[in-house]
Amino acid sequence: MSTSAEPVAQRADRRLIALRIALPILVGVVFLGTWQILVTWLQVPKFVLPAPSLIATAFVDDFASLMGSLWFTLTVTVEAFILAVVGGVALAVLFSQSEIVATALFPYAVILQVTPVVSIAPLIIIWVGYDNVRVALLILAWIVAFFPVLSNTTLGLRSTDHNLRNLMQLYGASRWRILTEVQFPSALPYLLAGMKISGGLSLIGAVVAEFVAGSGASTGLAWRIIEAGNRLDIPRMFAALALLSVLGIAIFGVLSAFEYLMLRHWHESAVRREN
Amino acid sequence: MDQRPPDHITAAPSLAAKPPIVTLDGVSKAYANGTVALRDVNLSIGRAQFVSLLGPSGCGKSTLLRLIAGLGDLTGGRIDWPGSAKASDGTPKRDLGFVFQEPTLMPWANVFDNVYLPLKLGRLSRKQARPRIMDALAMVGLEKFERSYPRELSGGMKMRVSIARALITRPSVLLMDEPFAALDEITRFRLNDDLLRLWAGRDWTVIFVTHSVYESVYLSNRIVVMGARPGRITADLAIDAPYPRSEAFRMIPAYNEYCRMVSAELHATMGEASPE
Repeated sequence: MSTSAEPVAQRADRRLIALRIALPILVGVVFLGTWQILVTWLQVPKFVLPAPSLIATAFVDDFASLMGSLWFTLTVTVEAFILAVVGGVALAVLFSQSEIVATALFPYAVILQVTPVVSIAPLIIIWVGYDNVRVALLILAWIVAFFPVLSNTTLGLRSTDHNLRNLMQLYGASRWRILTEVQFPSALPYLLAGMKISGGLSLIGAVVAEFVAGSGASTGLAWRIIEAGNRLDIPRMFAALALLSVLGIAIFGVLSAFEYLMLRHWHESAVRREN
Repeated sequence: MDQRPPDHITAAPSLAAKPPIVTLDGVSKAYANGTVALRDVNLSIGRAQFVSLLGPSGCGKSTLLRLIAGLGDLTGGRIDWPGSAKASDGTPKRDLGFVFQEPTLMPWANVFDNVYLPLKLGRLSRKQARPRIMDALAMVGLEKFERSYPRELSGGMKMRVSIARALITRPSVLLMDEPFAALDEITRFRLNDDLLRLWAGRDWTVIFVTHSVYESVYLSNRIVVMGARPGRITADLAIDAPYPRSEAFRMIPAYNEYCRMVSAELHATMGEASPE
Protein backbone atom coordinates (compact mmCIF):
# COMPACT_ATOMS: atom_id res chain seq x y z
CA MET A 1 0.00 0.00 0.00
CA SER A 2 1.49 3.36 -0.91
CA THR A 3 1.58 6.04 1.75
CA SER A 4 -0.24 8.58 -0.36
CA ALA A 5 -3.17 6.22 -0.86
CA GLU A 6 -3.52 5.48 2.83
CA PRO A 7 -5.23 8.69 4.04
CA VAL A 8 -7.73 8.43 1.19
CA ALA A 9 -8.52 4.83 2.13
CA GLN A 10 -8.77 5.76 5.80
CA ARG A 11 -11.09 8.65 5.06
CA ALA A 12 -13.29 6.37 3.00
CA ASP A 13 -13.24 3.87 5.85
CA ARG A 14 -14.28 6.43 8.42
CA ARG A 15 -17.11 7.62 6.21
CA LEU A 16 -18.30 4.03 5.85
CA ILE A 17 -18.21 3.43 9.61
CA ALA A 18 -20.06 6.71 10.31
CA LEU A 19 -22.67 5.73 7.74
CA ARG A 20 -23.03 2.30 9.28
CA ILE A 21 -23.82 3.83 12.67
CA ALA A 22 -25.79 6.86 11.51
CA LEU A 23 -28.08 5.10 9.08
CA PRO A 24 -29.73 2.65 11.52
CA ILE A 25 -30.06 5.44 14.10
CA LEU A 26 -31.76 7.66 11.54
CA VAL A 27 -34.19 4.85 10.68
CA GLY A 28 -34.93 4.39 14.40
CA VAL A 29 -35.58 8.08 14.97
CA VAL A 30 -37.88 8.31 11.95
CA PHE A 31 -39.72 5.18 13.09
CA LEU A 32 -40.23 6.43 16.66
CA GLY A 33 -41.25 9.90 15.40
CA THR A 34 -43.85 8.45 13.03
CA TRP A 35 -45.10 6.18 15.81
CA GLN A 36 -45.45 9.12 18.22
CA ILE A 37 -47.26 11.29 15.65
CA LEU A 38 -49.62 8.54 14.46
CA VAL A 39 -50.58 7.43 18.00
CA THR A 40 -51.30 11.01 19.05
CA TRP A 41 -53.12 11.90 15.83
CA LEU A 42 -55.27 8.74 15.70
CA GLN A 43 -55.79 8.82 19.48
CA VAL A 44 -54.86 5.15 19.93
CA PRO A 45 -55.64 4.08 23.53
CA LYS A 46 -52.47 3.55 25.58
CA PHE A 47 -53.45 -0.02 26.54
CA VAL A 48 -53.34 -0.94 22.84
CA LEU A 49 -50.30 0.95 21.64
CA PRO A 50 -48.67 3.51 23.93
CA ALA A 51 -46.71 6.40 22.45
CA PRO A 52 -42.91 6.17 22.72
CA SER A 53 -42.95 9.12 25.10
CA LEU A 54 -45.26 7.21 27.44
CA ILE A 55 -42.98 4.16 27.29
CA ALA A 56 -40.03 6.38 28.16
CA THR A 57 -41.98 7.78 31.13
CA ALA A 58 -42.81 4.25 32.30
CA PHE A 59 -39.15 3.36 31.96
CA VAL A 60 -38.07 6.29 34.14
CA ASP A 61 -40.84 5.66 36.73
CA ASP A 62 -40.04 1.96 37.08
CA PHE A 63 -36.31 2.37 36.60
CA ALA A 64 -35.27 0.66 39.84
CA SER A 65 -37.46 -2.42 39.46
CA LEU A 66 -36.72 -2.75 35.75
CA MET A 67 -32.98 -2.54 36.38
CA GLY A 68 -33.29 -5.18 39.10
CA SER A 69 -35.09 -7.45 36.66
CA LEU A 70 -32.57 -6.71 33.92
CA TRP A 71 -29.76 -7.68 36.29
CA PHE A 72 -31.57 -10.91 37.21
CA THR A 73 -32.15 -11.92 33.57
CA LEU A 74 -28.64 -10.84 32.58
CA THR A 75 -26.94 -12.93 35.26
CA VAL A 76 -29.07 -16.01 34.51
CA THR A 77 -28.31 -15.62 30.80
CA VAL A 78 -24.58 -15.10 31.26
CA GLU A 79 -24.23 -17.97 33.72
CA ALA A 80 -26.20 -20.32 31.46
CA PHE A 81 -24.11 -19.18 28.50
CA ILE A 82 -20.80 -19.79 30.28
CA LEU A 83 -21.96 -23.22 31.43
CA ALA A 84 -23.16 -23.96 27.88
CA VAL A 85 -19.78 -23.05 26.40
CA VAL A 86 -17.82 -24.99 29.03
CA GLY A 87 -20.15 -28.00 28.83
CA GLY A 88 -20.40 -27.93 25.03
CA VAL A 89 -16.65 -27.70 24.52
CA ALA A 90 -15.94 -30.37 27.16
CA LEU A 91 -18.42 -32.77 25.55
CA ALA A 92 -17.05 -32.01 22.08
CA VAL A 93 -13.50 -32.77 23.24
CA LEU A 94 -14.73 -36.01 24.79
CA PHE A 95 -16.55 -36.91 21.56
CA SER A 96 -13.47 -36.14 19.46
CA GLN A 97 -11.27 -38.40 21.60
CA SER A 98 -13.54 -41.42 21.59
CA GLU A 99 -15.69 -42.52 18.68
CA ILE A 100 -17.53 -44.90 21.03
CA VAL A 101 -18.51 -42.18 23.49
CA ALA A 102 -19.58 -39.95 20.61
CA THR A 103 -21.73 -42.66 19.03
CA ALA A 104 -23.28 -43.55 22.37
CA LEU A 105 -24.08 -40.03 23.59
CA PHE A 106 -24.65 -37.82 20.57
CA PRO A 107 -28.27 -38.99 19.97
CA TYR A 108 -29.14 -37.98 23.53
CA ALA A 109 -27.65 -34.54 23.03
CA VAL A 110 -29.88 -34.25 19.96
CA ILE A 111 -32.95 -35.41 21.92
CA LEU A 112 -32.25 -32.77 24.55
CA GLN A 113 -31.98 -30.20 21.80
CA VAL A 114 -35.10 -31.05 19.77
CA THR A 115 -37.46 -31.36 22.74
CA PRO A 116 -39.09 -27.91 23.11
CA VAL A 117 -37.83 -26.26 26.26
CA VAL A 118 -41.34 -25.04 27.12
CA SER A 119 -42.44 -28.64 27.48
CA ILE A 120 -39.61 -29.67 29.83
CA ALA A 121 -39.75 -26.49 31.89
CA PRO A 122 -42.62 -27.48 34.25
CA LEU A 123 -40.90 -30.77 35.04
CA ILE A 124 -37.54 -29.15 35.80
CA ILE A 125 -39.23 -26.51 37.97
CA ILE A 126 -41.05 -29.21 39.97
CA TRP A 127 -37.82 -31.14 40.39
CA VAL A 128 -35.73 -28.26 41.69
CA GLY A 129 -38.65 -26.77 43.64
CA TYR A 130 -40.42 -23.43 43.45
CA ASP A 131 -38.06 -21.92 45.97
CA ASN A 132 -35.20 -22.61 43.58
CA VAL A 133 -36.61 -21.18 40.39
CA ARG A 134 -33.33 -19.50 39.52
CA VAL A 135 -31.59 -22.88 39.34
CA ALA A 136 -34.41 -24.18 37.13
CA LEU A 137 -33.99 -21.21 34.81
CA LEU A 138 -30.25 -21.88 34.62
CA ILE A 139 -30.79 -25.53 33.75
CA LEU A 140 -33.39 -24.71 31.10
CA ALA A 141 -31.34 -21.93 29.51
CA TRP A 142 -28.34 -24.28 29.47
CA ILE A 143 -30.32 -27.03 27.72
CA VAL A 144 -31.29 -24.59 24.97
CA ALA A 145 -27.85 -23.04 24.62
CA PHE A 146 -25.30 -25.86 24.83
CA PHE A 147 -26.13 -27.71 21.61
CA PRO A 148 -24.82 -25.17 19.06
CA VAL A 149 -21.51 -25.08 20.95
CA LEU A 150 -21.33 -28.87 21.09
CA SER A 151 -22.18 -29.54 17.45
CA ASN A 152 -20.06 -26.69 16.06
CA THR A 153 -17.02 -27.56 18.17
CA THR A 154 -17.35 -31.25 17.29
CA LEU A 155 -17.40 -30.34 13.60
CA GLY A 156 -14.46 -27.98 14.09
CA LEU A 157 -12.31 -30.53 15.89
CA ARG A 158 -12.96 -33.00 13.08
CA SER A 159 -12.11 -30.51 10.34
CA THR A 160 -8.45 -30.19 11.27
CA ASP A 161 -6.14 -30.41 8.27
CA HIS A 162 -5.29 -34.10 8.03
CA ASN A 163 -1.69 -33.42 7.01
CA LEU A 164 -1.20 -31.08 9.94
CA ARG A 165 -2.32 -33.89 12.23
CA ASN A 166 0.09 -36.27 10.44
CA LEU A 167 2.87 -33.77 10.96
CA MET A 168 2.17 -33.71 14.68
CA GLN A 169 2.28 -37.52 14.77
CA LEU A 170 5.56 -37.43 12.88
CA TYR A 171 7.07 -35.34 15.67
CA GLY A 172 5.70 -37.76 18.24
CA ALA A 173 3.12 -35.34 19.68
CA SER A 174 0.72 -36.77 22.25
CA ARG A 175 -3.04 -36.71 21.70
CA TRP A 176 -3.28 -33.85 24.13
CA ARG A 177 -0.65 -31.82 22.24
CA ILE A 178 -2.41 -32.51 18.94
CA LEU A 179 -5.65 -31.32 20.52
CA THR A 180 -4.23 -28.13 21.98
CA GLU A 181 -1.78 -27.21 19.23
CA VAL A 182 -3.79 -27.87 16.07
CA GLN A 183 -7.28 -29.24 16.67
CA PHE A 184 -8.45 -26.57 19.05
CA PRO A 185 -7.23 -23.59 16.99
CA SER A 186 -8.79 -25.18 13.88
CA ALA A 187 -12.08 -25.51 15.74
CA LEU A 188 -12.03 -21.95 17.07
CA PRO A 189 -13.94 -20.30 14.18
CA TYR A 190 -16.62 -22.99 14.48
CA LEU A 191 -16.78 -22.59 18.26
CA LEU A 192 -17.13 -18.80 17.97
CA ALA A 193 -19.96 -19.16 15.44
CA GLY A 194 -21.64 -21.59 17.83
CA MET A 195 -21.18 -19.15 20.70
CA LYS A 196 -22.95 -16.38 18.78
CA ILE A 197 -25.99 -18.62 18.31
CA SER A 198 -25.74 -19.89 21.85
CA GLY A 199 -25.62 -16.39 23.35
CA GLY A 200 -28.99 -15.51 21.83
CA LEU A 201 -30.42 -18.88 22.81
CA SER A 202 -29.31 -18.43 26.44
CA LEU A 203 -31.42 -15.28 26.63
CA ILE A 204 -34.37 -16.98 24.93
CA GLY A 205 -34.00 -19.93 27.31
CA ALA A 206 -33.88 -17.71 30.38
CA VAL A 207 -36.96 -15.73 29.28
CA VAL A 208 -39.07 -18.69 28.12
CA ALA A 209 -38.28 -20.64 31.30
CA GLU A 210 -39.34 -17.68 33.40
CA PHE A 211 -42.61 -17.40 31.48
CA VAL A 212 -43.31 -21.06 32.25
CA ALA A 213 -42.22 -20.75 35.87
CA GLY A 214 -44.76 -17.97 35.98
CA SER A 215 -44.86 -17.34 39.71
CA GLY A 216 -43.65 -14.29 41.58
CA ALA A 217 -40.73 -16.31 42.83
CA SER A 218 -38.67 -15.17 39.89
CA THR A 219 -38.04 -11.55 39.21
CA GLY A 220 -36.56 -11.27 35.71
CA LEU A 221 -37.69 -9.21 32.76
CA ALA A 222 -40.05 -11.97 31.61
CA TRP A 223 -41.92 -11.71 34.88
CA ARG A 224 -42.11 -7.91 34.50
CA ILE A 225 -43.78 -8.47 31.12
CA ILE A 226 -46.32 -10.97 32.52
CA GLU A 227 -47.02 -8.71 35.49
CA ALA A 228 -47.50 -5.63 33.30
CA GLY A 229 -49.73 -7.65 30.96
CA ASN A 230 -51.93 -8.78 33.83
CA ARG A 231 -52.35 -5.15 34.90
CA LEU A 232 -52.81 -3.93 31.32
CA ASP A 233 -49.86 -1.65 31.99
CA ILE A 234 -48.77 -1.73 28.35
CA PRO A 235 -46.18 1.12 28.51
CA ARG A 236 -44.33 -0.80 31.19
CA MET A 237 -44.56 -3.97 29.11
CA PHE A 238 -42.96 -2.14 26.19
CA ALA A 239 -40.24 -0.78 28.47
CA ALA A 240 -39.36 -4.32 29.62
CA LEU A 241 -39.52 -5.55 26.02
CA ALA A 242 -37.17 -2.80 24.87
CA LEU A 243 -34.71 -3.75 27.62
CA LEU A 244 -34.80 -7.38 26.45
CA SER A 245 -34.03 -6.30 22.89
CA VAL A 246 -31.14 -4.14 24.06
CA LEU A 247 -29.82 -7.04 26.12
CA GLY A 248 -30.04 -9.38 23.11
CA ILE A 249 -28.28 -6.88 20.87
CA ALA A 250 -25.57 -6.31 23.49
CA ILE A 251 -24.92 -10.05 23.80
CA PHE A 252 -24.66 -10.40 20.04
CA GLY A 253 -22.45 -7.31 19.80
CA VAL A 254 -20.05 -8.47 22.49
CA LEU A 255 -19.75 -11.96 20.98
CA SER A 256 -19.25 -10.58 17.45
CA ALA A 257 -16.50 -8.28 18.72
CA PHE A 258 -14.89 -11.19 20.56
CA GLU A 259 -15.04 -13.30 17.40
CA TYR A 260 -13.42 -10.53 15.37
CA LEU A 261 -10.63 -10.08 17.93
CA MET A 262 -9.86 -13.80 17.95
CA LEU A 263 -9.89 -14.29 14.18
CA ARG A 264 -8.82 -10.97 12.70
CA HIS A 265 -5.30 -12.11 11.83
CA TRP A 266 -6.02 -15.27 9.98
CA HIS A 267 -9.57 -16.34 9.29
CA GLU A 268 -11.26 -15.53 5.98
CA SER A 269 -14.40 -14.38 7.80
CA ALA A 270 -12.58 -11.67 9.77
CA VAL A 271 -9.75 -10.65 7.49
CA ARG A 272 -10.31 -7.44 5.57
CA ARG A 273 -9.68 -7.58 1.86
CA GLU A 274 -8.24 -4.75 -0.10
CA ASN A 275 -9.89 -5.68 -3.35
CA MET B 1 17.44 -44.10 -31.79
CA ASP B 2 19.56 -46.18 -29.49
CA GLN B 3 17.56 -47.05 -26.38
CA ARG B 4 20.61 -48.19 -24.43
CA PRO B 5 21.56 -45.85 -21.60
CA PRO B 6 24.78 -43.95 -22.24
CA ASP B 7 27.70 -45.89 -20.86
CA HIS B 8 28.62 -43.27 -18.26
CA ILE B 9 25.32 -43.97 -16.55
CA THR B 10 25.85 -46.56 -13.89
CA ALA B 11 23.26 -48.64 -12.15
CA ALA B 12 22.25 -47.46 -8.72
CA PRO B 13 23.57 -50.33 -6.55
CA SER B 14 26.91 -48.53 -6.34
CA LEU B 15 25.10 -45.81 -4.42
CA ALA B 16 23.24 -48.29 -2.24
CA ALA B 17 26.56 -49.78 -1.20
CA LYS B 18 27.13 -46.89 1.23
CA PRO B 19 25.96 -47.73 4.75
CA PRO B 20 22.19 -47.48 4.44
CA ILE B 21 20.23 -45.04 6.54
CA VAL B 22 16.91 -46.73 5.84
CA THR B 23 16.12 -50.12 4.33
CA LEU B 24 12.78 -51.35 3.03
CA ASP B 25 12.42 -55.09 2.92
CA GLY B 26 9.47 -56.62 1.06
CA VAL B 27 7.22 -53.71 1.98
CA SER B 28 3.57 -54.19 0.98
CA LYS B 29 0.53 -52.09 1.59
CA ALA B 30 -3.06 -53.06 0.88
CA TYR B 31 -6.06 -50.93 1.80
CA ALA B 32 -9.16 -52.30 3.49
CA ASN B 33 -11.07 -52.16 0.18
CA GLY B 34 -8.60 -54.65 -1.32
CA THR B 35 -6.57 -52.18 -3.37
CA VAL B 36 -2.93 -53.17 -3.35
CA ALA B 37 -1.02 -49.90 -3.16
CA LEU B 38 2.45 -51.43 -2.90
CA ARG B 39 3.77 -54.94 -3.48
CA ASP B 40 7.13 -56.25 -2.33
CA VAL B 41 9.12 -53.03 -2.37
CA ASN B 42 12.83 -53.47 -1.60
CA LEU B 43 14.91 -50.37 -1.31
CA SER B 44 18.00 -49.29 0.53
CA ILE B 45 18.78 -45.61 0.82
CA GLY B 46 22.15 -44.34 1.96
CA ARG B 47 23.40 -41.21 3.60
CA ALA B 48 23.79 -38.08 1.47
CA GLN B 49 21.65 -39.44 -1.34
CA PHE B 50 19.12 -37.31 -3.12
CA VAL B 51 16.61 -39.92 -4.21
CA SER B 52 13.60 -39.18 -6.38
CA LEU B 53 10.65 -41.55 -6.38
CA LEU B 54 9.27 -41.08 -9.87
CA GLY B 55 6.16 -42.64 -11.31
CA PRO B 56 2.71 -42.16 -12.79
CA SER B 57 -0.12 -41.22 -10.44
CA GLY B 58 -1.44 -44.23 -8.57
CA CYS B 59 1.93 -45.98 -8.38
CA GLY B 60 2.01 -45.63 -4.60
CA LYS B 61 5.00 -43.30 -4.41
CA SER B 62 3.28 -41.00 -1.90
CA THR B 63 2.09 -44.02 0.07
CA LEU B 64 5.64 -45.32 0.17
CA LEU B 65 6.92 -41.97 1.42
CA ARG B 66 4.28 -41.89 4.16
CA LEU B 67 5.18 -45.42 5.23
CA ILE B 68 8.84 -44.42 5.45
CA ALA B 69 7.71 -41.50 7.63
CA GLY B 70 5.86 -43.92 9.88
CA LEU B 71 2.43 -42.61 8.90
CA GLY B 72 0.27 -45.69 8.42
CA ASP B 73 0.88 -49.39 8.97
CA LEU B 74 2.58 -51.83 6.65
CA THR B 75 0.59 -54.81 5.43
CA GLY B 76 3.80 -56.78 4.97
CA GLY B 77 7.56 -56.46 5.14
CA ARG B 78 9.60 -54.16 7.30
CA ILE B 79 11.31 -50.78 7.34
CA ASP B 80 14.56 -50.48 9.29
CA TRP B 81 16.70 -47.55 10.30
CA PRO B 82 20.03 -49.30 10.89
CA GLY B 83 22.00 -46.35 12.20
CA SER B 84 19.33 -44.67 14.27
CA ALA B 85 19.17 -44.57 18.02
CA LYS B 86 16.34 -46.45 19.66
CA ALA B 87 13.80 -44.74 21.87
CA SER B 88 13.13 -46.11 25.34
CA ASP B 89 10.33 -48.32 23.99
CA GLY B 90 12.62 -49.89 21.39
CA THR B 91 11.12 -48.13 18.36
CA PRO B 92 13.70 -46.32 16.25
CA LYS B 93 13.87 -42.59 16.82
CA ARG B 94 13.11 -41.30 13.38
CA ASP B 95 15.01 -38.18 12.68
CA LEU B 96 12.87 -36.84 9.86
CA GLY B 97 11.50 -33.75 8.24
CA PHE B 98 8.42 -33.94 6.03
CA VAL B 99 7.19 -31.52 3.39
CA PHE B 100 3.71 -32.13 2.00
CA GLN B 101 2.38 -31.20 -1.41
CA GLU B 102 0.42 -28.41 0.29
CA PRO B 103 2.40 -26.06 2.55
CA THR B 104 0.30 -27.39 5.49
CA LEU B 105 0.90 -24.36 7.68
CA MET B 106 -1.18 -23.37 10.68
CA PRO B 107 -3.20 -20.40 9.38
CA TRP B 108 -3.68 -18.98 12.88
CA ALA B 109 0.05 -18.78 13.57
CA ASN B 110 2.58 -16.43 12.00
CA VAL B 111 5.67 -17.59 10.13
CA PHE B 112 7.82 -17.66 13.26
CA ASP B 113 5.38 -19.81 15.22
CA ASN B 114 4.85 -22.16 12.29
CA VAL B 115 8.58 -22.85 12.07
CA TYR B 116 8.76 -23.02 15.88
CA LEU B 117 6.20 -25.87 16.07
CA PRO B 118 8.61 -28.87 15.89
CA LEU B 119 10.90 -27.31 18.50
CA LYS B 120 7.94 -26.41 20.69
CA LEU B 121 6.92 -30.07 20.59
CA GLY B 122 10.49 -30.84 21.63
CA ARG B 123 9.92 -28.57 24.65
CA LEU B 124 12.33 -25.87 23.58
CA SER B 125 11.36 -22.39 24.78
CA ARG B 126 10.72 -19.62 22.26
CA LYS B 127 13.77 -17.80 23.52
CA GLN B 128 16.05 -20.80 23.11
CA ALA B 129 14.55 -21.56 19.72
CA ARG B 130 14.75 -18.04 18.37
CA PRO B 131 18.29 -18.09 16.88
CA ARG B 132 17.63 -21.40 15.18
CA ILE B 133 14.34 -20.21 13.76
CA MET B 134 15.88 -17.02 12.43
CA ASP B 135 18.68 -19.09 10.85
CA ALA B 136 16.16 -21.38 9.21
CA LEU B 137 14.16 -18.42 7.91
CA ALA B 138 17.33 -16.80 6.58
CA MET B 139 18.17 -20.07 4.84
CA VAL B 140 14.93 -19.89 2.85
CA GLY B 141 15.14 -16.11 2.44
CA LEU B 142 12.22 -15.20 4.67
CA GLU B 143 13.93 -13.56 7.65
CA LYS B 144 11.88 -10.39 7.12
CA PHE B 145 8.59 -12.27 7.25
CA GLU B 146 8.67 -13.78 10.73
CA ARG B 147 5.54 -11.88 11.75
CA SER B 148 3.55 -12.50 8.57
CA TYR B 149 0.61 -14.85 8.52
CA PRO B 150 0.44 -17.60 5.90
CA ARG B 151 -2.46 -15.91 4.10
CA GLU B 152 -0.26 -12.91 3.45
CA LEU B 153 2.35 -15.02 1.61
CA SER B 154 2.53 -16.29 -1.96
CA GLY B 155 2.42 -20.02 -2.72
CA GLY B 156 6.19 -20.20 -3.14
CA MET B 157 6.82 -18.36 0.13
CA LYS B 158 4.46 -20.67 2.00
CA MET B 159 6.38 -23.62 0.62
CA ARG B 160 9.63 -22.04 1.84
CA VAL B 161 8.15 -21.75 5.33
CA SER B 162 7.17 -25.40 5.12
CA ILE B 163 10.75 -26.31 4.15
CA ALA B 164 12.18 -24.17 6.96
CA ARG B 165 9.88 -25.95 9.41
CA ALA B 166 11.00 -29.36 8.12
CA LEU B 167 14.68 -28.42 8.45
CA ILE B 168 14.47 -26.75 11.86
CA THR B 169 15.09 -30.03 13.71
CA ARG B 170 18.19 -30.62 11.51
CA PRO B 171 16.87 -33.99 10.35
CA SER B 172 19.13 -36.54 8.71
CA VAL B 173 16.37 -37.44 6.25
CA LEU B 174 14.04 -34.99 4.52
CA LEU B 175 10.93 -36.50 2.94
CA MET B 176 9.16 -34.42 0.31
CA ASP B 177 5.84 -35.35 -1.27
CA GLU B 178 5.55 -33.54 -4.63
CA PRO B 179 6.31 -30.31 -2.81
CA PHE B 180 6.48 -28.05 -5.85
CA ALA B 181 3.77 -29.64 -8.00
CA ALA B 182 1.26 -26.88 -7.32
CA LEU B 183 3.67 -24.02 -8.05
CA ASP B 184 4.31 -22.17 -11.29
CA GLU B 185 7.40 -23.12 -13.27
CA ILE B 186 9.48 -20.05 -12.41
CA THR B 187 8.89 -20.51 -8.68
CA ARG B 188 9.50 -24.24 -9.00
CA PHE B 189 12.88 -23.73 -10.69
CA ARG B 190 13.92 -21.27 -8.04
CA LEU B 191 12.89 -23.60 -5.21
CA ASN B 192 14.71 -26.48 -6.94
CA ASP B 193 17.91 -24.44 -6.83
CA ASP B 194 17.30 -23.40 -3.23
CA LEU B 195 16.75 -26.99 -2.23
CA LEU B 196 19.97 -28.12 -3.90
CA ARG B 197 21.86 -25.29 -2.21
CA LEU B 198 20.47 -26.38 1.18
CA TRP B 199 21.27 -30.01 0.49
CA ALA B 200 24.83 -29.36 -0.74
CA GLY B 201 27.58 -29.52 1.81
CA ARG B 202 25.41 -31.31 4.32
CA ASP B 203 25.46 -34.93 5.07
CA TRP B 204 21.74 -35.56 4.83
CA THR B 205 19.40 -37.51 2.64
CA VAL B 206 16.44 -36.30 0.65
CA ILE B 207 13.66 -38.59 -0.56
CA PHE B 208 11.69 -36.64 -3.09
CA VAL B 209 8.42 -37.78 -4.66
CA THR B 210 7.69 -36.29 -8.07
CA HIS B 211 5.99 -37.06 -11.35
CA SER B 212 8.29 -34.80 -13.32
CA VAL B 213 11.16 -36.46 -15.19
CA TYR B 214 12.96 -33.13 -15.60
CA GLU B 215 12.69 -32.20 -11.97
CA SER B 216 13.93 -35.61 -10.82
CA VAL B 217 16.96 -35.54 -13.15
CA TYR B 218 17.83 -31.97 -12.20
CA LEU B 219 17.75 -32.64 -8.48
CA SER B 220 18.70 -36.23 -7.78
CA ASN B 221 21.71 -38.44 -7.83
CA ARG B 222 19.41 -41.45 -7.83
CA ILE B 223 16.01 -42.01 -9.39
CA VAL B 224 13.73 -44.86 -8.37
CA VAL B 225 11.09 -45.42 -11.06
CA MET B 226 7.83 -46.91 -9.88
CA GLY B 227 4.97 -48.58 -11.73
CA ALA B 228 1.28 -48.76 -10.90
CA ARG B 229 -1.26 -51.50 -10.18
CA PRO B 230 0.25 -52.75 -8.01
CA GLY B 231 2.77 -50.13 -6.91
CA ARG B 232 6.30 -51.49 -7.33
CA ILE B 233 9.83 -50.44 -8.19
CA THR B 234 10.66 -50.99 -11.85
CA ALA B 235 14.01 -49.25 -12.21
CA ASP B 236 16.73 -47.80 -10.03
CA LEU B 237 18.97 -45.33 -11.87
CA ALA B 238 22.00 -43.32 -10.88
CA ILE B 239 22.40 -39.74 -12.11
CA ASP B 240 26.14 -39.27 -11.90
CA ALA B 241 26.33 -35.61 -12.86
CA PRO B 242 28.33 -33.58 -10.37
CA TYR B 243 26.95 -31.00 -7.96
CA PRO B 244 26.58 -28.08 -7.66
CA ARG B 245 24.10 -28.02 -10.49
CA SER B 246 22.59 -24.82 -11.79
CA GLU B 247 20.42 -23.64 -14.66
CA ALA B 248 23.39 -24.35 -16.95
CA PHE B 249 22.98 -28.04 -16.15
CA ARG B 250 19.63 -28.01 -17.97
CA MET B 251 21.44 -26.98 -21.15
CA ILE B 252 24.13 -29.66 -21.36
CA PRO B 253 23.73 -32.84 -23.46
CA ALA B 254 24.18 -35.17 -20.48
CA TYR B 255 21.11 -33.68 -18.82
CA ASN B 256 19.06 -34.34 -21.93
CA GLU B 257 20.39 -37.83 -22.20
CA TYR B 258 19.46 -38.59 -18.60
CA CYS B 259 16.01 -37.18 -19.19
CA ARG B 260 15.60 -39.36 -22.28
CA MET B 261 16.76 -42.45 -20.40
CA VAL B 262 14.52 -41.83 -17.38
CA SER B 263 11.61 -41.03 -19.64
CA ALA B 264 12.15 -44.28 -21.55
CA GLU B 265 12.15 -46.22 -18.28
CA LEU B 266 8.99 -44.48 -17.21
CA HIS B 267 7.22 -45.32 -20.48
CA ALA B 268 8.40 -48.91 -20.32
CA THR B 269 6.97 -49.06 -16.80
CA MET B 270 3.65 -47.76 -18.00
CA GLY B 271 3.63 -50.39 -20.78
CA GLU B 272 3.79 -47.83 -23.52
CA ALA B 273 6.21 -47.29 -26.35
CA SER B 274 8.71 -44.56 -25.75
CA PRO B 275 7.72 -41.44 -27.70
CA GLU B 276 11.00 -41.60 -29.60
